[in-house]
Amino acid sequence: MITRRRNQVIAQTFLFVLAFIWLLPIIGMIISAFRPYAETSVDPNGFFSWPETLTLDNFRNAWERGNMPRHWFVTFIVVIPAVILVLFFSSMVAFAVSRYSWKFNIALLMLFTAGNLLPPQAIIQPLFQIYNRIPIPEFPIFSESGELRGSLLGLILIHVAFQSGFCTFVLSNYMKTLPKELNEAAMVDGASLWRQYWQIVMPLTRPALGALATLEFAWIYNDYFWAVVLVQKGRDLPITSSLRNLSGEFFTDDNLVAAGSLIVVLPTVLIYLALRRQFISGLAVGASKG
Amino acid sequence: MTATHNPSGDSLESADETPNDEPSSSASSGGRRRRYSLLTDTDRRVLTTMVGIPTFLHVTLIWVPAIITILLSFTNWNGFRFDNMEWVGTRNYRQLFTVFEKDLYEALLNNFWVLLFLFLVATPLGILIAYILDKNLQGTAIYQSVFYFPVVLSLAVVGFIWKSVIYSPRQGVLNVLLNRTAEGDQISWLGNSDQIIPIGEYGLTQNFLAIIAPMIWRHVGYIMVLYLAGLKSVDPSLKEAAAIDGSSEWQAFKNVVFPSLKPVNVVILVITVIEALRVFDIIDVLNNPISTDVLSILVTESILGESSNVGRGSAYGVMLLLLCFGFVIWYLRSTFREEPS
Repeated sequence: MITRRRNQVIAQTFLFVLAFIWLLPIIGMIISAFRPYAETSVDPNGFFSWPETLTLDNFRNAWERGNMPRHWFVTFIVVIPAVILVLFFSSMVAFAVSRYSWKFNIALLMLFTAGNLLPPQAIIQPLFQIYNRIPIPEFPIFSESGELRGSLLGLILIHVAFQSGFCTFVLSNYMKTLPKELNEAAMVDGASLWRQYWQIVMPLTRPALGALATLEFAWIYNDYFWAVVLVQKGRDLPITSSLRNLSGEFFTDDNLVAAGSLIVVLPTVLIYLALRRQFISGLAVGASKG
Repeated sequence: MTATHNPSGDSLESADETPNDEPSSSASSGGRRRRYSLLTDTDRRVLTTMVGIPTFLHVTLIWVPAIITILLSFTNWNGFRFDNMEWVGTRNYRQLFTVFEKDLYEALLNNFWVLLFLFLVATPLGILIAYILDKNLQGTAIYQSVFYFPVVLSLAVVGFIWKSVIYSPRQGVLNVLLNRTAEGDQISWLGNSDQIIPIGEYGLTQNFLAIIAPMIWRHVGYIMVLYLAGLKSVDPSLKEAAAIDGSSEWQAFKNVVFPSLKPVNVVILVITVIEALRVFDIIDVLNNPISTDVLSILVTESILGESSNVGRGSAYGVMLLLLCFGFVIWYLRSTFREEPS
């Protein structure tokens, strides 16, 4: 018993110290975001000196200099349609492969799963060239450049294509667990295939869809690579990648960057705190073999 | 782990009663699916569209480029007009191993360092935390949230946070702790390319270790969550049996728990390898003042940088494909292998 008690104390201490270290960057970000650079940069204790002034100036500067209203707008124009489309597309494929059997069932599922595992950089050279060459009708906001490259439509499409791999895999695993009698009963009642998908299977898949929606929102919101390479134009970058614009080549105001980062992480953090269970179950489901 | 929200437990029992299932489909589900041939024409058309559109998008934007990468790697092309494209055979590859040898080896080794640290530091730490938290100590939920928190953040933003909060020479956490914030005495964590682990001219540099640290910070929580979910699914009687046997905790973990979590271990291995290969964001963010190469940076150099050499960029891309290929196949095999019914 004594050794057990001792082990518990060791474990608790270990976790406590580690958790403190883990929180340091976050605590530091919050503190420095509220303090002026002129103050923290001259004190030998940096961020951890006693604050004389607390200010919202860093946030205001990040907001204005970083042109954040524009980048927020772009972000939601990209993320919301992308998440909806990913879930819609993947659920259709998942429905087909999990509820019906035809020849290339498994092969198709493997194709989607493997596609999501490829490093995006391995396909970026040709993708960039393809995007350069596909003209699309000019349309406000979504395609102001007149070609897929640099357009928000192009960014949405690559997110949908890439993420549908993971979602199809997760959703098909989930749909497999639904009783087959559901479809049979529906068929006897004369329900069309589309109705079976939309009115019977989809409502039952809601928990998985919820978990995936949370996860995909975070992933697409967090994207940096696709936006930097395929959109490039500073003005049209979604918020995460637009943080680039806040650091200068030679001098960077660390407090400004901290404030900018804090603004950017806020939505994901709020969603995480509100929907922690969804986040975690989505990951766990994706990792298991269903 | 789907069991956590499996809406109907009884579906599993009914699986045996469906004789009309084709044997070929039994690989993925006991027999809950109906034959394609039972469908009406309209339904068949609907089904084809439902599968066709997403598949078309996925294949054209992911798999077609993957194949074109391989083809382009045998050409010399500046990316502008097609008549400038010239077939050069294996010249790009020969150049990678001669003229650009230094870039390639530096990048390969750096990818390897990332992998090594995620594997030898982040993964065991994540597993250890999961193992402790699985015992339901006080405050488990809070600890879980703390360690998982960085996983929610974008690696790019993680880079910005560490750069401004931890590594800032004038006021960052590290220099404050080491008392090195005075002008002239500051340590530039991202600006020091001294080798920590020297391997000829390609060792692990200090600034790269500073780039790896935040990756570890983020990876630990990821592993913890995956492992925690796995540990919850281990039959408690297995752990008890090992405990009664008088084996130590370590032995029980090594001989009983760890082997029974093979599916999770496979996932962790694959995720870690892929993560190490596709790392880009945080390096792009922390690449100032010293620029460090990894494969993903070399691939995109010709798009984001001045020169534009599609052939060479693609050859680097093929390297990435080759390196992840084996793991992807392995993952697919272990995931889609016939499940015991």
